[in-house]
Amino acid sequence: MSRSRYTIAVTGLNAIDSPGPGVAVIRGLREAKAFDVRIVGLAYESLEPGVYMPGIADRTYLIPYPSAGIEALMERLEAINREEKLDVIIPNFDAELYSFMKLEQNLAGMGIHMFLPTFSQFEERHKVNLPEFGKKYGIDVPAGVAITDPAELFKHQKELDFPMMIKGKWYDAYIAYNMEQARNYYNKITAKWGLPVILQQFVHGTEYNVTGLGDGDGNTIAAVAMRKQYITDKGKAWAGISIDDRQLLDLTRHFVSSTRWRGGFELEMMKSNDGRYFLMEINPRIPAWVYLAVGVGQNIPEALTLLAMGEKPAPFGQYNVGKLFIRYSWDLIVDRNDFENFSVTGSL
Amino acid sequence: MKIMKIKQQIAISDTGFLFNPSTGESFTVNPVGAEILAMLRDGKPEDQILETVTETYAVEKKTAEKDLHEFAGMLKMFQIIDKE
Repeated sequence: MSRSRYTIAVTGLNAIDSPGPGVAVIRGLREAKAFDVRIVGLAYESLEPGVYMPGIADRTYLIPYPSAGIEALMERLEAINREEKLDVIIPNFDAELYSFMKLEQNLAGMGIHMFLPTFSQFEERHKVNLPEFGKKYGIDVPAGVAITDPAELFKHQKELDFPMMIKGKWYDAYIAYNMEQARNYYNKITAKWGLPVILQQFVHGTEYNVTGLGDGDGNTIAAVAMRKQYITDKGKAWAGISIDDRQLLDLTRHFVSSTRWRGGFELEMMKSNDGRYFLMEINPRIPAWVYLAVGVGQNIPEALTLLAMGEKPAPFGQYNVGKLFIRYSWDLIVDRNDFENFSVTGSL
Repeated sequence: MKIMKIKQQIAISDTGFLFNPSTGESFTVNPVGAEILAMLRDGKPEDQILETVTETYAVEKKTAEKDLHEFAGMLKMFQIIDKE
């Protein structure tokens, strides 16, 4: 019996210092045991490294930024689909997820499958709604509030105290040690990501992350826990190690079963010095370090594709503990013609 | 006779490299530390460990005792051994 061959489009090819998950997702897909793949890269910029990396995407297309609206995105995806006949799309950016969720039905009508969180899951896990989320599901979260006016910084400084986390709606987080820094970060974030800005209690401790996959019926298909070993100045893990912490994995399964989470996710946790886990953020998509999960025995991109195609993959059991991922940078030498072709024609 | 118990999940190699799979922390200890950890793993009581160390390294019992307690304190702090 021949194996299925799926054409899968993947976004997030910006393998830069704050990397998108696309390249890691593609590596997982290329190692899938259940099917063969043709990979179509979807890029927002002509200098995203994944476009030019050998052995990653078979062909890559430029797509419009989410700010261009879902009609522009749909039009572009229709054109790409005429060429590629896509089976699955795996979007990997928080900021684009909403557009893809909006288009889920239309794309399904074209035979393109996705496996995304529901609108209510997407909304309630939002940084802005995290305190309510924690209360609803019985998970410890740091105290926090969303503000739209810098004057509110004064109002909340007593309850949150310094140091305080100042976070953007989509990305970016800074630790402010005094009011002056808090105001600076507020302005920096609003200039880049708009409003609201989230103020969050700072939790002293060690950072742990879990990546996983929920089937939408409350079952945890995959869950791999990692301790950040080397953190960049952007707070990204440049090296990490797989760990086996029952408390952390139980908390993850509780998250998946109580929210009936659908799709890939990353839980950003902080273990306080007294051993309590605080949920800092829920990213509603596969993280950039997902290749560690693949490497320790849980191929999350493969399982997510199977779920998107309507199959029921069995939950992964154990995984290898004590395996490290160490990220590195590598200079690609690219012919000017390739860059020119991609910039001018929008595909390579 | 006091016995310090190393947590079951802690991986210790002969080179003195320790890995705690539940926290992801790793440590290295010197050859004497590795020897003490091996004795702890074998379930040897504190006075027997002290005796071995003083005999092997020609160190006074008082000094060895102080060093061992300091070492035990660190092992406790890093959650390598169970708290009493």
